[in-house]
Amino acid sequence: MKLLLKGGRLVDPATRHDGTADVLVDDGRVAGVGTGLDTAGAEVVDCDGLVVCPGLVDLHAHLREPGREDAETIETGSRAAALGGYTAVCPMPNTDPVADNAGVVEMVAARGREVGLADLFPVGAVTVGQRGAELAELGAMARSAARVDCFSDDGLPIREARLLRLALEYTRAFDAVVADHAQDASLTDGAQMHEGEVSAMLGLAGWPAAAEDMVVARDLLLAELTGGRLHLCHVSTGGAVELVRAAKARGVRVTAEAAPHHFTLTDEAARSYDPVFKVNPPLREKADVEAVRLGLADGTIDAVATDHAPHAREDKEVEWGSAPPGMLGLETALAVTLTELVEPGYLDLATAVERLTAGPARCRRVGGHGGPVAPGAPANLAVLDPAAAWTVDRARLASRARNTPFHGRELRGRVVHTILRGAFTVRDGRALR
Amino acid sequence: MNKHLLSAADLSAGDITRVLDTAAHLAKVTDRAIKKVPTLRGRTVCNLFFEDSTRTRISFELAAKRLSADVINFSAKGSSVSKGESLKDTAITLEAMGVDAIVMRHGASGAPWRLAEWVEAVVVNAGDGTHEHPTQALLDLYTMRQRFPSFDGLKVAIVGDVLHSRVARSNVLALTTMGAEVTLVAPPTLLPARVETWGVAVSYDLDAVLPKQDVVMMLRVQLERQRAGFFPSLREYARLYGLDGRRLDAMADHAIVMHPGPMNRGVEIAAEVADSIERSVIADQVANGISVRMALLYLLLGGPEVAT
Ligand SMILES: [Zn+2]
Ligand SMILES: [Zn+2]
Repeated sequence: MKLLLKGGRLVDPATRHDGTADVLVDDGRVAGVGTGLDTAGAEVVDCDGLVVCPGLVDLHAHLREPGREDAETIETGSRAAALGGYTAVCPMPNTDPVADNAGVVEMVAARGREVGLADLFPVGAVTVGQRGAELAELGAMARSAARVDCFSDDGLPIREARLLRLALEYTRAFDAVVADHAQDASLTDGAQMHEGEVSAMLGLAGWPAAAEDMVVARDLLLAELTGGRLHLCHVSTGGAVELVRAAKARGVRVTAEAAPHHFTLTDEAARSYDPVFKVNPPLREKADVEAVRLGLADGTIDAVATDHAPHAREDKEVEWGSAPPGMLGLETALAVTLTELVEPGYLDLATAVERLTAGPARCRRVGGHGGPVAPGAPANLAVLDPAAAWTVDRARLASRARNTPFHGRELRGRVVHTILRGAFTVRDGRALR
Repeated sequence: MNKHLLSAADLSAGDITRVLDTAAHLAKVTDRAIKKVPTLRGRTVCNLFFEDSTRTRISFELAAKRLSADVINFSAKGSSVSKGESLKDTAITLEAMGVDAIVMRHGASGAPWRLAEWVEAVVVNAGDGTHEHPTQALLDLYTMRQRFPSFDGLKVAIVGDVLHSRVARSNVLALTTMGAEVTLVAPPTLLPARVETWGVAVSYDLDAVLPKQDVVMMLRVQLERQRAGFFPSLREYARLYGLDGRRLDAMADHAIVMHPGPMNRGVEIAAEVADSIERSVIADQVANGISVRMALLYLLLGGPEVAT
């Protein structure tokens, strides 16, 4: 099947291309970019006024399969991803059973291929059962059919410095990344939200920013010590941004991500006591939001990652203290980024696209995704209408869960088409499967 | 007034005065031989208690009954709630039963806000987690007003575990609304983050604060706080922050002692202080609780205006 994406603004961070260009897709690959292409027999897709870019890459999503298929499945999660413009998604291993062995990661990757709406690059657990006691079979997962090159106990921090050190050293053998959820558990015992003025008023136990900053500092020192590759999940504090900036300046091998809710919402949202705003790490203060925005702007933070965390309705329709933390993200990340970062001028469009595509692709090896949009490369693409306004309606999400913090918000930026290896997964805003 | 009473922050100075005035009027009912008026006849009040508090429940129950309302006591212990029925299911059930008001005590901060979203009935927060206890604050203010002509410039010290105290939060909100000058006294580990934004004074030194106060409100210390390391020992706590006879002597002659109960005698308050007839108004607080809760139910359930 031949496709011609005609007349769009091609934004490809990998080749630094930003300008009008036709993109020809043939047999699952990019066949040509520019004008005067041999378009005989190609279906023409009018992209006038639209942005054509690499398909988005999400480094951090919870797809809940296996174990909590009532909250999300690989199929519903992949559909949400496709509708969000994603062609590649990295599912976190805190499933039931935990993805701490080759069997589970292969199952997840294979199920992703079967569904066919996005390529899944499973993250393996660092420790057996994510219990933080002994290393999981990282090498076996790396050499499995799923070719895992990123490990994380996300959902939980790696408590012991010694274990993180071992993981960072051991994974050097296959140049994998260790992604940490930075949280000092002794400072966050029972914590329900960010510690500050709002938590004090609401009578909810606080999660101080220092509990993140301390662990980020520790992780950076261990990355420096071992020469291993460290990735920091969902950076949410001004302090952590500052630490990463300084570490990068002295050459530490570290990458970092930030979630859309952390650069848009603050702890003020908790005043509603609606657990849809409960997340870990928690929504922080205005100054932190600003720091995360500036970190994304100057590249201290490499990627926007969703931390898509679906929860069943009955799990969230409870008292704040009983609700599990987590928010949806896959279907809104692009629009939130465009509305909250590009419109007010923190990032230009090309940089925003970079943080959603090439940036995350650089953090780990998600082969063939995030660009370049160049002849011979797999045709994993998204076509966006950056100006289109829409209102988030939780009832109309493809995700099985409904816990979006952006319900009722008007956002700008809509995914028109998503193309995975030359085939539409989303066309005119509708998922094809 | 708002439809519900969830937080003391929702009450204006006018609202608070109206509640206290109405309570003063209704208190006269309690002095009659037949302690009952027909005001809320045909209305149903549900006491929904997910946490044990016999004192607060009985106070609300008496208040509702003296207004002739029907009262249902729904205790989460031994009910379907302990078998995993959610707060939402409970709310739907009560709604279907046509309950007019729900008085809720819950161990989770904010639970009454969730409930208020799911029911049409009036919701009264009777204590939520470590957050608020607005009716306790109102009865405390009522008790203070019996002794002092005005809240304006009234000096109130709240002493002890402010961090985990719903009584302290509600009192700070109501007292500052009324123009009182509040000082919080506690070890730093038992004060909330950014307490300096609360518009109150803060001190770690009880002896320095005591002589200047009109009202000294002692908070209950929970033993598990010591086990969690918030302070080194009960003995040290009592020595630094307990109100004993010696400290009582340091207070101004007109000053009163309050406690929301139940008390740990010998820890935050010495028996001789608790039982001091001139200084302690702790028994008055309990009695006033009924009048204040009558006033609230009366006002929230839309009884006719009382001439005051
Ligand atoms: Zn995490
Ligand atoms: Zn996560």
